Amino acid sequence: MGVDLDQLSFSIDGTRILRNVSASLPTGSVTGLLGPNGAGKSTLLRLIAGIDKADAGTAALDGVSVGSLNRRDAARRIALLEQNAAPSVELTVLEVVLLGRIPHRTRLMGSFSGDEDRAVALDALEAVGALALADRSWHTLSGGQQQRVQIARAMAQQPSLLLLDEPTNHLDVSAQLSLLGQVRELGVTSIMALHDLNLAAAYCDHILLLDGGLLVASGTPAEVLTPEIIGAVYGVDCFILEHPRGGHPVIVYSAAVSA
Amino acid sequence: MTRSAYLGWFVAASIALILVCAVAVTIGPAAVSLAQVAGSIGAHLGLAAPPVPVLVDSIVWQLRLPRVLTAALVGAGLALSGAVMQSVTRNPLADPYLLGLSSGASVGAVCVVILGIGFALPAAAFLGALLALVATLSIARVGGTITPVRAVLAGLAIAQLAGALTSFIIFWAAKGDSYREILNWLLGSVAGATWESVAIAGTAVLVVGTGILLSATRLDAFAFGDTSAASLGINVNRTRWALLGSVALLTGAMVAVSGSIGFVGLILPHLVRGVSGPGHRRLLPLVAVCGGLFLVIADTLARTVFDPRELPVGIITAFIGVPVFILLIKRKKSHLWA
Repeated sequence: MGVDLDQLSFSIDGTRILRNVSASLPTGSVTGLLGPNGAGKSTLLRLIAGIDKADAGTAALDGVSVGSLNRRDAARRIALLEQNAAPSVELTVLEVVLLGRIPHRTRLMGSFSGDEDRAVALDALEAVGALALADRSWHTLSGGQQQRVQIARAMAQQPSLLLLDEPTNHLDVSAQLSLLGQVRELGVTSIMALHDLNLAAAYCDHILLLDGGLLVASGTPAEVLTPEIIGAVYGVDCFILEHPRGGHPVIVYSAAVSA
Repeated sequence: MTRSAYLGWFVAASIALILVCAVAVTIGPAAVSLAQVAGSIGAHLGLAAPPVPVLVDSIVWQLRLPRVLTAALVGAGLALSGAVMQSVTRNPLADPYLLGLSSGASVGAVCVVILGIGFALPAAAFLGALLALVATLSIARVGGTITPVRAVLAGLAIAQLAGALTSFIIFWAAKGDSYREILNWLLGSVAGATWESVAIAGTAVLVVGTGILLSATRLDAFAFGDTSAASLGINVNRTRWALLGSVALLTGAMVAVSGSIGFVGLILPHLVRGVSGPGHRRLLPLVAVCGGLFLVIADTLARTVFDPRELPVGIITAFIGVPVFILLIKRKKSHLWA
């Protein structure tokens, strides 16, 4: 059970974006999706969410192929947080989180028993430690607070799989650490695209490393984040240390030397 | 805002709309009392009502009531269209005419009024609006999808082209009274409204408006853009096509009966959002009622301020709309225009 990717391939206008990506991720695990810019991380998340359709192969959640679900059923199981989203209207935090209830509303006007939706939304805000922000306007929040609220919105979807596209983008160090700590505490199966290898090493159970649309490495952070693999994919020189507290790998880069 | 506070606003606005409509019918060169208005309407609806002089009855039933009702319906339709357009294109400056609809309708209108093509004016305007829409969407459609930015740009291109065509026809062929007639139409007016106008506008508002109201939740999902809407379970492409098509039909019908009245569809959604919040289940019903209220008042001003001369109501909506728009821009707490 959990997430099973089987030979996923995707191309746009004849250009291969992803090729034969296969992986198996257990329920409740937190997976880091790594790779250089343009490796196909965002595309893979969109395929798993069922927003784009794979050319070949399948993504399955708990044994159900995502491609066989309609959009609404997919949205009841899978929540996707895209990068740097901002609303086009002025919304309060609670209104943003309530958006997550949309896939659960009945058709037509949506259920008018808004109280239940409200309770779920408030629970989601509490789960990410942002209950006090409920009545604030979205635009007045800091970047870290906005991401927290976005995660609450995703949790209000009550998903069994949470997909996050670079959730720590533009956040300061403390906000990055607390956000990823929060994701772990939720206990939901999560896959997140990350740029920072050290964050991935510290917060993920499993790493998928993409390069040029191919899955080049998969395993625990210690298995994937080695000087050889990082050198081959990113073209940088590095040392791996052991973190004095967690024991997870810490990547220390060597300064680039111009030839 | 709590649900009961919202309902309070909605009921108050609805009652205001009915009262303003009734009072508007009494206003005009010939004095008519509210009781006479009620009597005339009652008689035509087959209710027991005190008899009303024939002249008063025909002023109420033939002239003023169709005009006031048309104004209310057109105001409601334009405000609804504007609210939906702003959400679907995620553009706070969007209005119902964004896709070149009013410019297309103008071409249809000048063909009838100036070139004397034997066609009913509303039908020609509606046809022009639909042609403009089809042209805009075909330009905006690339690889089966329509992005908001492309739709806006394509609409701009079509609007410019149709505008040039309209000017060309007026410049080349207009003579005598047709100048004033076409200017009146281009600026927007409900002066010539008949029961036929009420029927056209009423059917469009009722049928398309219901469809739009039923899409309220789907509209909410677009707040954070397409990907976010898709991840909330919305079929983005199909929904955008359906909503753009609905707005086009609704706006086309409004333009057909009243020309292109500006600012109602742009301003009202912003004003009403300040009260209802951005959620469409609350915004849409209230914006429709307030749009109707606004246009009835504007039209009453249009026909009374310079009595006995009449202004096209589009001039009044612009004179009221622009200052309101400037206030909205200057408002410090708004983050939309940053």
